[in-house]
Amino acid sequence: MGYTINALTKSLNVFHLAGSACNNCDIEILDALTPKYDLERFGITLVGSIRHADVLLMSGVFNRKSAIRVKEVLAQAAKPYLVIAIGGCPATGLMFRDSYNCDGPPSEYIPIDAFIPGCPPKPEAMISGVVKVIEGLRSGALAPACLQEHELVPLEAGAVVSEAAT
Amino acid sequence: MSDGTIFLEFILFPGLLFTALAGLLTSWVDRKVTAMVQMRVGPPLLQPLYDIRKLFIKETCVPEGGAIGLFLVAPLIGFAGVTLASMILWRTLLDVEATFVGDLIVLIYLLMMPALGVVLGSFASRNPLASLGGSREVKLMIAYELPLVLAVLVPVIQANSIRLGDLVAAPLPAGTVSGVLALLVGITCMQAKLTIVPFDMPEAETELSGGAMIEYSGPPLAMFKLTRAMMLFTLPVFLLALFFGGAVVGPGWLPKLIGLLVWFVLVALTIVIRNTTPRVRTDQAVRFFWGPVSGVAMIAVVLAWMGW
Repeated sequence: MGYTINALTKSLNVFHLAGSACNNCDIEILDALTPKYDLERFGITLVGSIRHADVLLMSGVFNRKSAIRVKEVLAQAAKPYLVIAIGGCPATGLMFRDSYNCDGPPSEYIPIDAFIPGCPPKPEAMISGVVKVIEGLRSGALAPACLQEHELVPLEAGAVVSEAAT
Repeated sequence: MSDGTIFLEFILFPGLLFTALAGLLTSWVDRKVTAMVQMRVGPPLLQPLYDIRKLFIKETCVPEGGAIGLFLVAPLIGFAGVTLASMILWRTLLDVEATFVGDLIVLIYLLMMPALGVVLGSFASRNPLASLGGSREVKLMIAYELPLVLAVLVPVIQANSIRLGDLVAAPLPAGTVSGVLALLVGITCMQAKLTIVPFDMPEAETELSGGAMIEYSGPPLAMFKLTRAMMLFTLPVFLLALFFGGAVVGPGWLPKLIGLLVWFVLVALTIVIRNTTPRVRTDQAVRFFWGPVSGVAMIAVVLAWMGW
């Protein structure tokens, strides 16, 4: 496990998925990847395909439709990967938590490694969060959530998707 | 030479291991210079190695309904091609006598194989974005191969031989008018052969999100990345051998130093072009290569024929 974690954390390729977010977190994620912070110093680069990714940054509340999409995207990712939820929405739902089209927080149906709360979190907060995840993985306090057994809720919103398709 | 030595040469020096390490170093130079252009610090020296090592611990995802065998073999085709090409090139650079008739033609074919591997892999993956990337790669190949072969023809005419050893030992082709024109054409074609900006339509991060390699993950993706890095190392060496042959072979340290300097200038030029130009469309690229670039290449061939 030590070798795997070391190899993984030295070169994190980031994939960015916005699930019905208001775009503030997405803008801050892109800010964190600008030359000012220069995350390539630590081997962190942005990639365009989930197959190439090691970290899925997800932002937004994930309503009934985007919840199914995020599960599909994660099923296509190559293990081991990390999932980091950016912003208050995926953590608590914020003001959308009682909305008619939200089926509960994403941590109930996908394995999430870390939450970085804030509305939106500053780039410094994201970098600090990622550093904490890396430190936790290296010290053995954490393990990639995708490799563990979870009691995840199967999504019941399949009907909504098939309605939309027809 | 016995078979055992050839095998060792293929695995260690100047084949697989040497080319792979040199290619990773070159890709670090690429990323570092890019970072400097953007006023950043850039990745550490071993970052390309970390990237490859990480890909080897990842899962290999296979797309549903794709041609699985071809999908997994395609990365190896280009990898084998560039390894062999680098080995032939370096054996000739180290010892001018280690050459055979027509090895230049073999070399041109071998340097085409990485692009072919990308095309095969992209079509085998049954992804619409990947097949778009693959078809763009094919169009790009059709565009740049003609001027590249014309540019290679100039040193061949000057040395009156198609043996790489004779070309490397020939006096400086880059010192003639036709040689300079052909070198410029060669640098342009190298940019397209490496599929880096402005000719990166097959991968187009922003529109095709990875393009031809979109479905690859884990070790096969590592093979593709390694092949690309090795091409970034080998193609400047190829131009170096063709156009600066007389200056870089010979006893003593001076020719080797000149060779290293010219190689670095070629690589740096590629990286600066990559960082200062936007991506062109496929039709613009084809028009560019078949129009002005081929025109200049033909003028260079005629000038070489006239002895300039």
